[in-house]
Amino acid sequence: MNPTDSPKEYNEYVTKKAPSSPILKDCFNAFWVGGLICCIGQLIFFYCKYKGLDQTSSSTIVSICLIALAVFLSAINVFNRIGKFAGAGSLIPITGFANSIVSPAMEYKSEGYVMGVGAKMFTVAGPVLVYGISASVIVGLIACFFI
Amino acid sequence: MKKLGKQTLQLDNKPSILNTASIVGPKEMNGPLAKYFDKCVEDEFWGEASWEKAESKFIKETVSTALGKADISSQDVDYVFAGDLLNQCISSSFGIRDSNMPFFGLFGACSTFVEGLCLGSVFMDSGACKNILCATSSHFCSAEKQFRFPLELGNQRTPTSQWTVTGSGAAVLGKRDSGPYITHITPGMIVDLGIKDANNMGAAMAPAALSTLCAHFEDTGRAPDYYDAIITGDLGYLGKEILIDLAKTKGYDIASNYNDCGVLIFDKKKQDTHSGGSGCACIATVFSGYLYKMMLEGNIKKLLLIATGALTNSTTSQQGESIPGIAHAVSIEM
Repeated sequence: MNPTDSPKEYNEYVTKKAPSSPILKDCFNAFWVGGLICCIGQLIFFYCKYKGLDQTSSSTIVSICLIALAVFLSAINVFNRIGKFAGAGSLIPITGFANSIVSPAMEYKSEGYVMGVGAKMFTVAGPVLVYGISASVIVGLIACFFI
Repeated sequence: MKKLGKQTLQLDNKPSILNTASIVGPKEMNGPLAKYFDKCVEDEFWGEASWEKAESKFIKETVSTALGKADISSQDVDYVFAGDLLNQCISSSFGIRDSNMPFFGLFGACSTFVEGLCLGSVFMDSGACKNILCATSSHFCSAEKQFRFPLELGNQRTPTSQWTVTGSGAAVLGKRDSGPYITHITPGMIVDLGIKDANNMGAAMAPAALSTLCAHFEDTGRAPDYYDAIITGDLGYLGKEILIDLAKTKGYDIASNYNDCGVLIFDKKKQDTHSGGSGCACIATVFSGYLYKMMLEGNIKKLLLIATGALTNSTTSQQGESIPGIAHAVSIEM
């Protein structure tokens, strides 16, 4: 049998031949970096509580701090290195969301502040916003009528 | 000029490659071929305001370096054949616009350099032209911006992904009593074996390289061992292995004298470039910098240069289309 006989056979041949991602290593790095980011958040939370803020204000301050940190690290070309190492570990927490908005904003600055930064800022995060907000509306409606 | 078989042209007034030039970026500067390039630029912006402008500067400076090395002025160039990866080939047209040379903008994705050599050598063979200039460029940052994600986005690259070469290569064709001469050209057909992964261009393009390789051998009656080196453009590590495998199924053993520019240009382990280099500048800089010098020094006397291209864009990959590949070959002999 020849791999170039049909697309199906070629795809099977390529899948077998291609090196695969080091999944165990990737999972381990994602786990501990993601966990570390969450621990940093938790420490900020405890500090806010210790200073006498209530639960809601403390949570909001955690988000603000982590977003600010991720934006700063993106701006100085460090976050992409963390992301390359940790994958979903830095992507899933709110740090990943901040990075996904800042990185296109930086990238498209050369096209100006309106059609560049303004228009392209949500090219990566846009789908998360659209489907995140849509899902929350649906959940909200269900909660409103049935619970 | 004579047609051989289905695809190959044999050139009677063999054009000589008078000289070449190559300018590369910082990553290539740290690669194993650094000493062969004419110039290495440390700043990816090269003092410009955008990556697109920087890429235009790469091709502009490379063209003027090539003309300077060949000791001819832009007045003596009959036609320029140039191309790149950015939409509407703007790097080439913006880079060439102030030079007052008649210009053909080409798009053959990463196969453009050899596409230019093919067309340029046919123009030379007609006897009507004195000098032809062929050039291409690519830039890692502008390519990532157009085809993939913003550079600062914290994502991971797959093991089969390739690293677009930042740089530009140019070759001046002319008439001369010494080589290297372009003796045959084999323009390739579009081959698509259904690879859809935009991070696996090597596998998508390898069947096109095979098609052109086989066509060249069938048309010319030559065998792989006729050549001192068979070099493809940017199949990378995986594509290289695939091409060796596929060629074997067609009865051609190329394992001993075959290599790929995407494999040569970076140090895979130290530079973390995964499956190797890619982009229009990959074969352009490796040929103009390294291979051309190897030919002048006599280390390579007969070279089969095959540039491979993935004829895709981000819209077609988002629409779930597979990636059509193409490969063009030129035979260059001393």
